[in-house]
Amino acid sequence: MALDYANQTVTAWRRENGRVGVRNHVLILPVDDISNAACEAVANNVKGTMAIPHAYGRLQFGQDLDLHFRTIIGTGANPNVAAVVVIGIEPEWTKVIVDGIAETGKPVTGFSIEQKGDFETIRQASWKAKEYVHWATELQKEECPIGDLWISTKCGESDTTTGLSSCPTVGNMYDKLIPEGIYGCFGETSEITGAEHICEKRAATPEAAAAFKEIWQSYQDDVIFAHQTDDLSDSQPTKGNILGGLTTIEEKALGNLEKIGRTSRYIDAMGPAVAPEKGPGLYFMDTSSAAAECVVLMAAAGYVIHTFPTGQGNVVGNPIVPVIKISGNPRTLRTMSEHIDVDVTGVLTRDKTIDQAGDALIEMIVRTANGRYTAAEALGHREFSMTKLYRSA
Amino acid sequence: MAIPQLLVHDKEDNVGVVVVEGLTAGTDMLCVVTADNTDFRLTANTDIPIGHKVALRALSEGDTVIKYGEDIGKMVAGAGVGDHVHTHNLKTKRW
Repeated sequence: MALDYANQTVTAWRRENGRVGVRNHVLILPVDDISNAACEAVANNVKGTMAIPHAYGRLQFGQDLDLHFRTIIGTGANPNVAAVVVIGIEPEWTKVIVDGIAETGKPVTGFSIEQKGDFETIRQASWKAKEYVHWATELQKEECPIGDLWISTKCGESDTTTGLSSCPTVGNMYDKLIPEGIYGCFGETSEITGAEHICEKRAATPEAAAAFKEIWQSYQDDVIFAHQTDDLSDSQPTKGNILGGLTTIEEKALGNLEKIGRTSRYIDAMGPAVAPEKGPGLYFMDTSSAAAECVVLMAAAGYVIHTFPTGQGNVVGNPIVPVIKISGNPRTLRTMSEHIDVDVTGVLTRDKTIDQAGDALIEMIVRTANGRYTAAEALGHREFSMTKLYRSA
Repeated sequence: MAIPQLLVHDKEDNVGVVVVEGLTAGTDMLCVVTADNTDFRLTANTDIPIGHKVALRALSEGDTVIKYGEDIGKMVAGAGVGDHVHTHNLKTKRW
């Protein structure tokens, strides 16, 4: 008998803006690459904080700068974050980030390094970070409906077993939890290539289908045709995919799309790191298919748990969002089980149905929301790779 | 049910996927179609790694390969029933 999730709850933090977070991070967030050192020093001074160093933030402009701001602001605004100390080299862009995060109502303070130097900035920021840690560690969790969760997905190091087991497991989870009111998100524009005609048909409305098609076509025109040397066959499928038995981009895309289930329909297609605007339901996001970049963009849009099917064994994590790994490949479970949270090898041996695998994933989502560390968290995987649209000035 | 060595997504598919490690030439494989749980048997002609595809029917150069009930590319070399199907004989039609 199918399990009923209408009364399923999780114990999590209800934030100032009503959103539910499953982690309680105090972030030390650099605006730009040259503020990484100060952020790392503050995080070293004050235990219970986390710095998120990254590679960019200077001399970007236009849409690329918009995406940079959206990613940094979205990371600080994510409900898995309790409070944020922002450090930038100069005050104006620092203020842009602080003001953006402050819209959530959470505590956030910015510091800039020019006219002070690292020492004085670190001193001031450390006092604020310590204040935030005392405050955040006294916040109480409360019981929340499972429908309050925002759950994203992206697969990595795919092979033919992902399309048979771990991807449809995620799809089954969406088919069960989207009706309970969650927000879902899938992306990977380049990996939909080969199944774009099927993806188009999975839109809930003609408007959503058109929005997807526009994003997909613009990716073909602006990225593939603009930069290709011969074709994508040296990177899509990847060498790892091919070792795992995937031969063509169509085969890979069809397996990938198994993640959106049978009954779920996406209600909108949105740009990278853009927060969904049409209420609960499934969304498509224009993202790279590179694991860390994709998870960072979805986290910046406000997703609090990520489900990650893998075949050959991708080890990615994220600084603020627990990444739940699902695999059905028995070799991967034999050789690198420390990375896998949900073992669905039983789907291949026919001991387990996709329906049962979906229930096992939902159980792991509940346990993760309630506090269980994912394999990626336990192993310290905090990859924070920002998507860059073009060269800086 | 015994553990299958080969899984097939849909009835219309002309390839299936090896789902066990160390499959050797000559193995009489139990094959299951996941869409309706029907099964059949097929002999593997070569050692085939886990995750790799096997031809369910004789495929000639130019034939369309069907998996998930969908077109995943065309054969650029022939393959007999039970042969390995991968980058040496299957290519996308896109490029």
